[in-house]
Amino acid sequence: MAKKITRAALMVALAMILSYIEVLIPFNFGIPGIKLGLANLVVVTALYLFGGRMAFVISIVRIVLIAFTFGSLAAMFYSLAGGILSFLIMLLFSRIKGFSVLGVSVAGGVTHNIGQLIVAMLVVENLNIMLYAPVLMIAGLVTGLLIGIAAKLLIPRVKKSMRE
Amino acid sequence: MKRKDLILIAVILIAALAGFFIVRKAQSGEGARVVITVDGKTYGTYSLDENRTIEIKDDLGYNKVVIADGTADVTQADCPDKICVDHAPISRDRETIICLPHKLVVEVKGGEASEIDAKTR
Repeated sequence: MAKKITRAALMVALAMILSYIEVLIPFNFGIPGIKLGLANLVVVTALYLFGGRMAFVISIVRIVLIAFTFGSLAAMFYSLAGGILSFLIMLLFSRIKGFSVLGVSVAGGVTHNIGQLIVAMLVVENLNIMLYAPVLMIAGLVTGLLIGIAAKLLIPRVKKSMRE
Repeated sequence: MKRKDLILIAVILIAALAGFFIVRKAQSGEGARVVITVDGKTYGTYSLDENRTIEIKDDLGYNKVVIADGTADVTQADCPDKICVDHAPISRDRETIICLPHKLVVEVKGGEASEIDAKTR
């Protein structure tokens, strides 16, 4: 149990640092509201190494903590919606045979953006915001792919060090 | 990367592209319209992009509105002053041609904003 908690805490800390680094280095995609989502790398890795339940807890805790330190309450609701939806989809895709980390990460990236868009739609009460959906889908695809490539390299290494 | 990954990526790309085209089409549908009102009541709404001729005949008189090449113009009328006929074709947002004797208003709604006229609020 102590080992589990320590690992989860380490992952949350890592996610927070990655979010902070992301704020420091502006990745400019030319479109507002799009970021790489480095913290998602931690969630994807946790999903593969520690299983669904622990990855979910890590995801929720890091969203709340990141929002309290760097963001605002409104940002937290957007992040929670995107985070929960993308987590459920990633869990589903990781259970289906034939998808690698890349596919899972891409599905997560796209649904993260869709989840945020749905909240934005409820807040603004305007369907026209859906016009932004295709752009966000492509953005989620690209960032998800990048995170997936990183996770694919990272997972075997962390797994190895865990056994030692 | 596995095959299913590629299929997923392809599906997302296709969905996004389809969404893109739907958005573009929906936006073009919101293009400029020509609204004709007679005596305060809407007579008809027409797209400024479709060429057509509308003849308005009623107790007040006769007017012929021609929509062509993205502009609307009153080409014929049996009113005494013919101010509406002399008026230049309209194409920009909120431009109007008015035939007072026949209580006819031809107005462009939506589309490009006018460059020359502005109003203070």
